[in-house]
Amino acid sequence: MQVKLTVNGQARSDDVEPRLLLVHYLREWCGLRAANVGCDTTSCGACTVLLNGRSVKSCTVLTVQAAGQDVTTAEGLAGDGEMHPVQAAFRAEHGLQCGFCTPGMVMAAVGLLAENPHPTESEVRSGLEGNFCRCTGYHNIVRAVLAAADANPEIAP
Amino acid sequence: MIPAPFEYVAASSMGHALDLLAESGDEAKLLAGGHSLLPMMKLRLAAPSVLIDIGRIPELAGVRADGDELVIGAATCHADVAGSDLVRSQAPLLAHAASQVGDPQIRHRGTIGGSLAHADPAADLPMALTALGGVTVITGPGGTRTVAAGEFFTGFFETVLEPDEVLTAVRVPRAPDAAWGYQKFVRRANDWAIVGVAATGGRIALANMGPVPLRARAAEQALAEGAGPAEAAALAAEGTEPVDDIHAGRAYRQHLARVLTRRALEHRVG
Repeated sequence: MQVKLTVNGQARSDDVEPRLLLVHYLREWCGLRAANVGCDTTSCGACTVLLNGRSVKSCTVLTVQAAGQDVTTAEGLAGDGEMHPVQAAFRAEHGLQCGFCTPGMVMAAVGLLAENPHPTESEVRSGLEGNFCRCTGYHNIVRAVLAAADANPEIAP
Repeated sequence: MIPAPFEYVAASSMGHALDLLAESGDEAKLLAGGHSLLPMMKLRLAAPSVLIDIGRIPELAGVRADGDELVIGAATCHADVAGSDLVRSQAPLLAHAASQVGDPQIRHRGTIGGSLAHADPAADLPMALTALGGVTVITGPGGTRTVAAGEFFTGFFETVLEPDEVLTAVRVPRAPDAAWGYQKFVRRANDWAIVGVAATGGRIALANMGPVPLRARAAEQALAEGAGPAEAAALAAEGTEPVDDIHAGRAYRQHLARVLTRRALEHRVG
C-alpha cells in the first residue's frame, strides 16, 4: 500500500507491503544503514530512531504505522558536516567500542535529552535502559550524554 | 523476523473500527502500539489476516477527569500515562506502574489498553488496575459496557473481550491522598516481574502469582482488622498456586509475594 512519510526532513511516498518493518524500510528502501537490526525482539535498542521526536525501536513499528509522521535516523542528525552535539560528545568521551549499538544509543540519548535536557547520571542510566552495549560497560556512554547535556542547554533532534 | 502477510486498515473513528471488526470477524486483530502483537507476529505465534489500526483514532487517546474518576483512553501510550499531571496527582500508583513498563522506547509506543487486552499476568498494568479498583470500558456492536478489573481477566492471556469488541478506556477512582506501594522482583532491568505487588486503598494486587492478576484477600482482611504490614504480608500468598518454571519455583514465588507485600505496605508513598 502507498505510504507517505518524512525521513530526515525529506518527504517520501512508497508502495510497501503492510508487513514491512520500519527498520527494513529505512535500511533497504531509503538506504539509511545507521539503524541496525540487533536482537529483532524490541530488547537491544540498536534500531532506535525518532518518530515525531520520540525514541522508538524501529524493529517493532510497521512502516504503515509511520505514515504521515516524521522519522529521524542518525544520518539525519548532522547538519552541514557538523556533528550533532550528542555525536560530538560520544566521540570526545569515546562512548563506543565496536560501534554496533552506537546509532541506536545516540538516538536514544537525543530523545532522552529532548525530554529531559539536564538529566542526572541516574536519569541517564535509566533513560538508556532500552539500549544494550556489549563492549563499553556503559560508563563512557553515560559520560558522553552528561557532557552533551552540560555543553548544550538546548539540544534539539 | 518478518510477520506473515496481512491486510492493514487504519480506522478513522470508533464507528469505523467496529464496522471493520464486524466485517472481518475473528480473522482480525486490533493494532494500537503493537508492542505485544508485533513481536508475536514476528515469531509467527500470531498470524491475523487483517490488522485494524486503532492507534490513530483521536477519541481513544488522552486522559481526562470525569467526576470522581479519571478516564484514560485505551490508546494512550505508557509514557503519556506516566507523564500526565492528572494521573500523577490523582492516581499516582497508575503513573508509577506505567513508568515501570519496559524501557523508554517501549513506553513511547505501547498503550495502556493494549497491555490490558494482552493480559499477561506478569505485566504491570493489569496488576495496577486491579489494585486501584479500576474498570474497563468496552464498546461493541451492542453498545458500551463496563467491566471491573477483577472480572476483566479470565485466564492466562485471556479477557472478557469478544472478537467484535474494542477496549476503549479505563476508569480509575481519583484518590490524590491515598498511600500506595509498588514492588517488583525482576532478574534484569526492564524484565517482566517474577512476582509483583501493588497496594493502595486497602487492596493488594499480585502479578504473576496465577493466570490472572490476583487480590491477596487474606492479607487485605488482616489489614482491615488492624494488623500491621508484617502480620498482614505473612498471609499474602494464601490460596495462590503460582506457576513453577525455570524462573522460580512455586514456594519461592509465594515467599516473594510475602516479602514484596511487606515491602509494599511498609514503604507506602503518600
